[in-house]
Amino acid sequence: MRLGLVFGEAASGLRRNISMVISVILVTFISLTFVGAAILLQMQIGQMKGYWYDRAQVAVFMCTDIDSTGNCTGEEATKSQKADVEAQLKSDVIAPFIEKYEFEDHDLAFKNFQAQFEDSPLADFATPDQLNESFRINLKDPNQADVLIESLSGLAGVQSVEDQRRYLDQIFAVLNAASYTAVGLATLMLIAAVLLIATTIRLSAFSRRRELGIMRLVGASNRFIQTPFILEGVFAAVIGSLLAGGAIVAIVQFFVKGYLTQALAATTGTSLVGLDEALVVVPILVVIGGVLAAASAGFAINRYLKV
Amino acid sequence: MIRFDSVSKSYSGNSRPALNSVSLEILKGEFVFLVGASGSGKSSFLRLVLKEEKPSKGQIHVLGQQLATMSNRKVPYFRRNLGVVFQDFRLLPQKTVFDNVAFTLQVIGKSRGFIQEAVPDVLKMVGLAGKSSRFPHELSGGEQQRVAIARAIVNKPAILLADEPTGNLDPQTSAGIMTLLERINLGGTTVIMATHDAGIVDQMKRRVIELISGQIVRDERQGGYQTQAIPVVGFGLSGTGEVN
Repeated sequence: MRLGLVFGEAASGLRRNISMVISVILVTFISLTFVGAAILLQMQIGQMKGYWYDRAQVAVFMCTDIDSTGNCTGEEATKSQKADVEAQLKSDVIAPFIEKYEFEDHDLAFKNFQAQFEDSPLADFATPDQLNESFRINLKDPNQADVLIESLSGLAGVQSVEDQRRYLDQIFAVLNAASYTAVGLATLMLIAAVLLIATTIRLSAFSRRRELGIMRLVGASNRFIQTPFILEGVFAAVIGSLLAGGAIVAIVQFFVKGYLTQALAATTGTSLVGLDEALVVVPILVVIGGVLAAASAGFAINRYLKV
Repeated sequence: MIRFDSVSKSYSGNSRPALNSVSLEILKGEFVFLVGASGSGKSSFLRLVLKEEKPSKGQIHVLGQQLATMSNRKVPYFRRNLGVVFQDFRLLPQKTVFDNVAFTLQVIGKSRGFIQEAVPDVLKMVGLAGKSSRFPHELSGGEQQRVAIARAIVNKPAILLADEPTGNLDPQTSAGIMTLLERINLGGTTVIMATHDAGIVDQMKRRVIELISGQIVRDERQGGYQTQAIPVVGFGLSGTGEVN
């Protein structure tokens, strides 16, 4: 009985304010799509980090005889110099950080180089002795590369110590910037959505001020008076967030899976976000939309009701 | 039932208070006329009883509750014990007579069965038994006011507040409304009616409280609209010197 009345009131409010309700739906739709895109981007970054950080190594490049950068003097690193580096890697100070390491000599480096630049003219010019020999080190915790860089880069015969994660960090910085931009846009749009919901509810309350006046007079409880308005706002916002969720699923289905996956098929191993992630995002969007709408509608109607 | 202890009410931006140190007591079952010129504080008095306004000074007790200490959450439940009628009826134009009265009960959560019983009863009592499916615009002013009264008393309130209920009606229709209010009063409901209608007040011979500029200048049992006896000036003496 009571519930029916509350829902009836909410429905009639929605009908009376249809144009405002549609604009609330559209604004929440767009803003939450941005929120969803930002969440997806963050998930993508997380996934790529997980994938690439496992493979990222610290490389200790040894000198070649054409090299005079770093500690090199234009002479090939000697056997004892290499042994020194290896001894350092095995020492009590550094060994605990290292999961495993391997040595890449000229021939192996040449083979990898050829494979990496297969289609490039570079591959034809390079010879094995131009390529640095290197120790490839996998760390237990990739964040501690600085320890190695500090202790190894001073040794004789070491050209440089490189943390490959540095390269990846640039990519992640770009992706992060994109997701922050999306969050920024989403925030602006969400502010607009919240204000629009508040205005809509106030309009709705104004068009029903006779009923409200009588309700207050005859002693309808505040919650009973507020609930239809809050439902009205939440209903519009939830429709908007469901549309946003649909848009996110569509983006993943048609853009990420349909286009990006094929376009990036060449770079093997890069895993992209899929429908599983998109389906995690949808309920988050609905909750954000519903809670924001309930809060702003409640706030708006509260202020309207105060004498 | 209702007690005011030196209550003053000032509105911001207005140096003269709407009510100035008003003290009075109204007992259960009384029928009280509140008379005085426009702006004399009658409506402020009614709004204070309803707790639509807070007094600037003084204490108000209604139905054994001190209004100042009542939390906002409890105000709606308090108002369920009060019925209110206005000069402009305040009916909902898109609802039928039955629905207008039923609306009151719906919004305070009464069951469908209760509404189906109570609304026809009260409509019969106010003399609108056959018109329950009419819309307000199809009724005369007097009939509309009867609907408003039905709405005010359907929940059997202890107190009925009427703010110039006959202000828009012709004398004959007014007389009918007064008969109805009298009948409601006989049923044990305290009735407080603000009015300008001298004829009605003189004829009814009930308690009359006269306000001038927010002060009680007369509180007379079985009084008339204008003073016939020596006025009983028992309250608000402190302010009488500055009547403007």
